[in-house]
Amino acid sequence: MGVTGGGVGRFVKRLFTKDETKDDERSRPPSDSNALAADAGQSGPEEAKGVIARLRERLARTRDGLVGRVEALLGRKVALDDEFFEELEAILLQADVGVKATARLLRGLEARAAGARPGGGANDLINHLKEEVLEMLGPREPLRKTPSGATVIMVVGVNGTGKTTTVGKLGYRFRREGSKVILGASDTFRAAAIEQLEIWGERAGADVIRHEEGGDPGAVAYDACQAAKARRADYVILDTAGRLHTRVNLMEELKKVRRVVEREIPGAPHEVLLVLDATSGQNAIAQARTFKDAVEVTGIALTKLDGTAKGGVVLAIREELGIPVKLVGIGEGLEDLRDFDPVEFAEALFAR
Amino acid sequence: MFENLTARLQETFRRLRGKGKLSERDVDEALREVRIALLEADVNFKVVRDFIARVRERACGQEVMASLTPGQQVIKIVNSELTELMGGRESKIQYSPKPPTVIMLVGLQGSGKTTTAAKLANLLKRQGKHPLLVASDTRRPAAIRQLQVLGEKVGVDVVATREGDDAVRVAKQGVARAAAIGRDVVIIDTAGRLHIDDELMDELARMKGEVNPSEVLLVVDAMTGQDAVNVAGTFNERLGLSGIILTKLDGDARGGAALSARAVTGRPIKFVGVGEKVESLEPFHPDRMASRILGMGDVLSLIEKAEAAYDEAKARKLAEKIRSNEFTLEDFADQLRQMRKIGPLDEILSMIPGLGRIRGLSDLKVDEGQLKRVEAIVNSMTLEERRNPAIIDGSRRKRIARGSGTRIQDVNSVLRQFEQVRDMLRQFGGAEKAARRAMRKGAFPFVK
Repeated sequence: MGVTGGGVGRFVKRLFTKDETKDDERSRPPSDSNALAADAGQSGPEEAKGVIARLRERLARTRDGLVGRVEALLGRKVALDDEFFEELEAILLQADVGVKATARLLRGLEARAAGARPGGGANDLINHLKEEVLEMLGPREPLRKTPSGATVIMVVGVNGTGKTTTVGKLGYRFRREGSKVILGASDTFRAAAIEQLEIWGERAGADVIRHEEGGDPGAVAYDACQAAKARRADYVILDTAGRLHTRVNLMEELKKVRRVVEREIPGAPHEVLLVLDATSGQNAIAQARTFKDAVEVTGIALTKLDGTAKGGVVLAIREELGIPVKLVGIGEGLEDLRDFDPVEFAEALFAR
Repeated sequence: MFENLTARLQETFRRLRGKGKLSERDVDEALREVRIALLEADVNFKVVRDFIARVRERACGQEVMASLTPGQQVIKIVNSELTELMGGRESKIQYSPKPPTVIMLVGLQGSGKTTTAAKLANLLKRQGKHPLLVASDTRRPAAIRQLQVLGEKVGVDVVATREGDDAVRVAKQGVARAAAIGRDVVIIDTAGRLHIDDELMDELARMKGEVNPSEVLLVVDAMTGQDAVNVAGTFNERLGLSGIILTKLDGDARGGAALSARAVTGRPIKFVGVGEKVESLEPFHPDRMASRILGMGDVLSLIEKAEAAYDEAKARKLAEKIRSNEFTLEDFADQLRQMRKIGPLDEILSMIPGLGRIRGLSDLKVDEGQLKRVEAIVNSMTLEERRNPAIIDGSRRKRIARGSGTRIQDVNSVLRQFEQVRDMLRQFGGAEKAARRAMRKGAFPFVK
């Protein structure tokens, strides 16, 4: 990845070497951290207590410190020094952008910094960085819709990312647009997942096609497609069971669901949405890669963006795998599923 | 990315040759890779920074063990620090002296609280406890139903009311019910919530005040990224956590969130979820988690093996023998035995970072059978023969070959190999001696 590579990544290389000795100057007196350590109530060795307390204390400050840091950077007429780049690095890494993507973004900036005007250069660079991010994210990509017949959307992902909730919200949205919607309860594994979807179906005003718990997800998909044809539905949204991408047999099961859909409705599935939790870290790349290989993911629904997580990992996913973000989940309400707005996302990445 | 990590480490180790004390350069080179490894494992940026600073402080100037390269020595320090920071094995529930013991499970949406509640009930039941589950997640559609289904699966009763009911009241009712029917543990499943949702965090604080739990366990998804510090930190500040349960560890996430959450709260990780079955809740192993996060399993196991097999006293003695030209066939066999102890040779070679890059070694095939043969031959010699191979004549060779089940040619070739090694060592030892003599005489004024 070239972090340790040749001349190009001079400062990037330095960034990844630095241990920030100046941090020691900022540490508080030991008495303070001892008090915190006692509070931690650890039975571990004395020394470990001190470290944990120190980490906690620093982290507490980090949370505050992040607020408006970029604004501070912007306002400052700084030299484009190490500190400036270190701040940027910290912001990107803490937004889950990842080491690789962060290094690449900053390397691009370094070249610019060399030719930047003294003074106002910081402003230019940060704007440039946002542009780079936007470029990585690509343009807005709306959900696909087939001109005739039912549009089939498969919703997939690992456990606990919010698939069922996303299916419910999406159904609500299409209903509000006046479409006829069928929800397919293909998550036949998780206890009460079917009931959960039925409640969403009620809220959204959509029909739910279901079998018994433990039934065949492919058979549910088949029935949902048949129902869509018979009832002339505009949308079929298939909820599938959460599965870790490392479970080979479960990924095979998912492929089967896709094959059933392909067979029953030509051109379907029109969308395969991977639901990603915004709090997830670099493992999301592995998730995206495996799900893409298995069922040809066409877009990402990034959920739980209403917390403090930034979901920066989607940058790497877009760049490495070409999967665009299409939807974002920003709350628990029925209407809290929105189209993805790259500009908003880029702004949010650098703000708190 | 991960594939490249090993390659980069090899590069680092290749550059770091020689023994003695760890220099700042050794440490920095190795720590750069460690830093990237930790960040890629999703350990929080600040946690990484402080951790690296601490290791750096500890590592600089440390003696490099004879069996390790400086890079390996740094990794060893990193690993032991990481294990220490992970905390001890505290996979125990603190029971209240006055039953029932109340356990609250809290966390973000989708972290796996409901599943974990059932798994924990199952585990405690198998340990002879009599748990009761309480469905306090009255918000998520069908969450109550989910817990009821799971409760039935593990054979544990579930106290539940209706969706939308007051979560605190349900919790209180559950605890009262447990006391009434003589259950000794109450596990309360709460609704997932964002740590920044003040209203819902208040609800949990109120619940805690009402049910007086012995344990408030934060359920954390092993795939969580940088945000783990914010989540764990806030939950701890608001509720005073007693421990952490890490879920979905059966995937391929490196699980840096474990370190972040542990560092920011100071609370122990008590259990880990490793599968979808109700039995898939296991005790936490800090050492395993440390090496998983570090993602240098191969290197770590090599370091361990080398340490275990390498007897330092023997090594010093051998060095002394080499110096005094007393290297015998016994020592030769001993060296071979030590190598055997570490493991099959090609496995070892593949584990040694940087070795793959040495020209000529990359396609070296080590014959395990050959090694055994050599040992058998040496073992078939008398003590005298081993110490003074010069006396091994034709008839002795014949006997040795018969004794070891080999051919005379094999015996000859072992003797030849031994002589080559001995001569090589002699030259080395001799040169060193000569150099020292020369230095004493001041023949090399430029050498201090």
